[in-house]
Amino acid sequence: MQNYLDFEKGLAEIEGKAEELRALARQDPEMDVEEEAAALDKKAQALLSDLYRDLTPWRKAQVARHPSRPHCKDYIEALFTEYTPLAGDRNFADDPAVMGGLARLNDRPVVVIGQEKGNDTASRIARNFGMMRPEGYRKVVRLMDLADRFNLPVITLVDTQGAYPGKGAEERGQSEAIARSTEKCLSIRVPLISVIIGEGMSGGAIALTTGNKVAMLEHAIYTVISPEGCASILWKNAEKMREAAEALRLTAQNLRQLRVIDRIIDEPIGGAQRNPDAAIAAVGRTLTALLAEFDGKDRDEIRSDRRKKFLEMGAVAL
Amino acid sequence: MSWISNFTRPMINSLFSRREVPENLWSKCDNCGTMLFHRELSDALYTCPTCDHHMFITPRERLKSLFDLGIFTTVSVPDPIVDPLHFKDQKPYPKRLADARKTTSEHEAMLVAEGNIGEVKAVVAVQDFSFMAGSMGMYVGNAIIAAAQRAVELRAPLILFSAAGGARMQEGILSLMQMPRTTVAVDMVKEAGLPYIVVLTHPTTGGVTASYAMLGDVHIAEPNALICFAGPRVIEQTIREKLPEGFQRSEYLLDHGMLDRVVHRTQMRDELATLLRLLLNERPRSHGDLPSPEGEASVPAEATGTA
Ligand SMILES: [Zn+2]
Repeated sequence: MQNYLDFEKGLAEIEGKAEELRALARQDPEMDVEEEAAALDKKAQALLSDLYRDLTPWRKAQVARHPSRPHCKDYIEALFTEYTPLAGDRNFADDPAVMGGLARLNDRPVVVIGQEKGNDTASRIARNFGMMRPEGYRKVVRLMDLADRFNLPVITLVDTQGAYPGKGAEERGQSEAIARSTEKCLSIRVPLISVIIGEGMSGGAIALTTGNKVAMLEHAIYTVISPEGCASILWKNAEKMREAAEALRLTAQNLRQLRVIDRIIDEPIGGAQRNPDAAIAAVGRTLTALLAEFDGKDRDEIRSDRRKKFLEMGAVAL
Repeated sequence: MSWISNFTRPMINSLFSRREVPENLWSKCDNCGTMLFHRELSDALYTCPTCDHHMFITPRERLKSLFDLGIFTTVSVPDPIVDPLHFKDQKPYPKRLADARKTTSEHEAMLVAEGNIGEVKAVVAVQDFSFMAGSMGMYVGNAIIAAAQRAVELRAPLILFSAAGGARMQEGILSLMQMPRTTVAVDMVKEAGLPYIVVLTHPTTGGVTASYAMLGDVHIAEPNALICFAGPRVIEQTIREKLPEGFQRSEYLLDHGMLDRVVHRTQMRDELATLLRLLLNERPRSHGDLPSPEGEASVPAEATGTA
């Protein structure tokens, strides 16, 4: 069952009609609907590529949050072998909002880390909707230290609406945990490749995204504040999220122009949610290509290049 | 989730209304209501003698209160590209900047200076909450980088006074990029073997808390400052319960292990002088040795006979 976004209403009607026809034909084998249904399919496909050719920033935000989009767990299961999750921050708890551990990418051992939102009510609650608590950032720091010690590249998959605004999270030093995680990203001497697969939101995202290379899926978003949050502060009206999404320049295309990200990964027509396998494969190809750029590179250079890149950020405007 | 909670608004208003009437010789403590004569207030560095409430102090007054004889030189900060995103909301960003410059008479939300504190050379960066809620944009990042570079150059410690509603939303993602940028900057100081001391003042929130404000060798806060990542209102909306008294205030953070010390503003200069001399393995100074910022009743530094 396809989940339609509000701007896909026309599409839902066409696809619904085609499905109805086929359902009728299944009950009455005498009926020949295939020609008519195929025409509707074609119409739907054309509309889909039309809709997705030039998505507005707000629509991209909706697509980035689409529940059927592949999540971190899907990427890890499809792209990596021998995934061996490692848990806990050794201080307080394990944070299920962030997955992480050892794995192989094309047989090569790596550390993979990523925020997981969950895909049904039970897993969403268990994963706290991908909103990390301090334990999560401290687990990330641990895993990055491990990677650095054994000279393993680190891959982070970013997908979060932000850090969890809870009482315990603040008491246990959310701010410090995020700061230390960003600091760790900047200090390791192994390649750090980050891919924003859905939402890269505020401090909760930057703590995992401070990479040598940052790639972003075509319809993912990366922003300092959610469009709704920005709208409620600057417009005093959360309903102005379309305007805020526009103003924030949160699309992969704008961020590439600003050189905040290094690469845009094309999504299948209609977005990653329409064809998760294709989206996952595209991310896999990008990871392989980006990792290869670090072959034979000096450890100190990997670190100093990353620091230099972030120091120089902001030199280019739109 | 929002970084800048609504609490910043009434604060800014009360601040500006106070500034609009500089000829007013009396002001009321917004905590206990005591009427305070302006001279009394400035002598107490804008803390209330009755209830110890810490009010807003301008970065320049703060710097004057810290450095020996009140003498300091500002460190120049490179200007970033103005309005890099061509941000469109109800008021153009360049207009907001111009307005902030007019009301504060400052160029941006951070001021960097160098001078001596208890005869120890130091670089001090002060974030200005009255300038667009002290929000962290490219300029603030540039200021921290400039401060860090100057500290390394002088082989001097870096002291940073934080105060911010969070991100400079009008700079979008470039505001977020100041978290890693400033982290690299303060790590340069630490890697050079120099102390990096953070003094958190009211309020320090959002991405500022979650980057350079929580990476100090020593964390000091002024009393009762709000220090958080997510603001109390956002948390109350999320968990749908009332937060305990004093939640996310300095003393609460001290109890929860996030701070080393909570220090009254009038004690801050002595505190920093002592800390710096301890960290830098300098000889202790005997009490009363510090030249006062006003220069009155103080012995000139070269006549004290101590190094
Ligand atoms: Zn008072």
